[in-house]
Amino acid sequence: MRRDGEATDGPGLPTRGARDVRGPVLKKGVGVTPTAWVDPRGRALGSFAFSVNRITALGLVFYLYLHLGVLSMLLRGEQAWNDFVRLATTTVFLSLDVLLIFGLLYHGLNGLRVALVGTGIAPDRQKALWWAGGVIGTVALAYSAFHILVGEG
Amino acid sequence: MSASEVATTADGPNPPERDAGPAPAGGEVTDTRTFRVFRWKRGGADDSHMETYGGVPIGPRTTVLEALRWIQLHLDRSLILRHSCFHASCGTCGLRVNGREVLGCVTFAHDLGTVITVEPIANVPVLADLVVDMTEFYERYPDGWTQLRTSGFLPDAETPGGIDGYERYEDCIECGLCLSACPIASTSEGYFGPAALAAAQRLLEEPRGGVDAREILDQADDPLGAWRCHAIFECTEACPSGVRPAERIMSLRGALVGGSLRPIHREPSEP
Repeated sequence: MRRDGEATDGPGLPTRGARDVRGPVLKKGVGVTPTAWVDPRGRALGSFAFSVNRITALGLVFYLYLHLGVLSMLLRGEQAWNDFVRLATTTVFLSLDVLLIFGLLYHGLNGLRVALVGTGIAPDRQKALWWAGGVIGTVALAYSAFHILVGEG
Repeated sequence: MSASEVATTADGPNPPERDAGPAPAGGEVTDTRTFRVFRWKRGGADDSHMETYGGVPIGPRTTVLEALRWIQLHLDRSLILRHSCFHASCGTCGLRVNGREVLGCVTFAHDLGTVITVEPIANVPVLADLVVDMTEFYERYPDGWTQLRTSGFLPDAETPGGIDGYERYEDCIECGLCLSACPIASTSEGYFGPAALAAAQRLLEEPRGGVDAREILDQADDPLGAWRCHAIFECTEACPSGVRPAERIMSLRGALVGGSLRPIHREPSEP
């Protein structure tokens, strides 16, 4: 809005004061800026790899504390532990183990990819490394899932 | 910011004052598209909003820039956009179209769906509508990285003040698309950004000497420099000039890591 006494370059143009105001800075993604990285819209493979890497990292940290909590059941005696083991061998629980292995494989293999790319050893091979890790991870996950869900049954 | 919607169509409730005229450049009209365009005016009372322009005629090779110019000429003369060369050389028509960073002059509208969303590039301030202020893009370059090689063939073509004063980098057209696509730049205004770091690596790769590699590496070896990059590679995806900024940042890191293990820095050579 023009105020009295402010200079303009012509009718209808913003004042000099208004022109000095920093305009809005648009950001990609949804939500507040620190969480916008999870928005896959307008992103490519690298962002997908990055986002899943972070999500699996959060999952693994959660699992670490969950694991410590589970181990603390040993303090409650043999019966408590046996009850937990009975629960842990149900199909639903074993499926969560498969999910855990997916997180481990993805985070580990992608970490290897980032290390090879990020130290300048293979700077031009990020996509190839992602797909190679994907193939290795898929085979390893299928092998693990078979043994967890079928082989041990 | 609000994102209210305003509609203007070629044949809708707010028809243009004159005939819509021929299609934008790019051959015969084969279809129409609806454009949702970001609008914001400096000094205005209204906040930003998306304005919809329906019935924009296009052909198979009509570019987004040509369609926007058609909108500007036939539907809304207040729409502000910036362009120059029309062939991906000047970098001034950088936009985000359907969320992806592109140069409007070489992006065909036909392949982008029936509703095309056009926004200014991200991570730099908007001046008006689709035009951004590139000052902050250049401010991310550390001092001393602005180097243009001296011509070895045309000594008579030297500029009066010397060529070093010009801020140009081989390949990079300074369109800012890499900075817009970079998720890290949106979280850290102090981050050098892909273009500046790629320029640093370009200087290190200079085969004719005249570069103080140690100084460049020291500047890049900064929490807001090469190490702030998260290797997401969106800058490479966005770059219209094949600079591949992310790969160059990774190479820069390689030089930094190698430099900490053994003295591989090239000594400054005589210009």
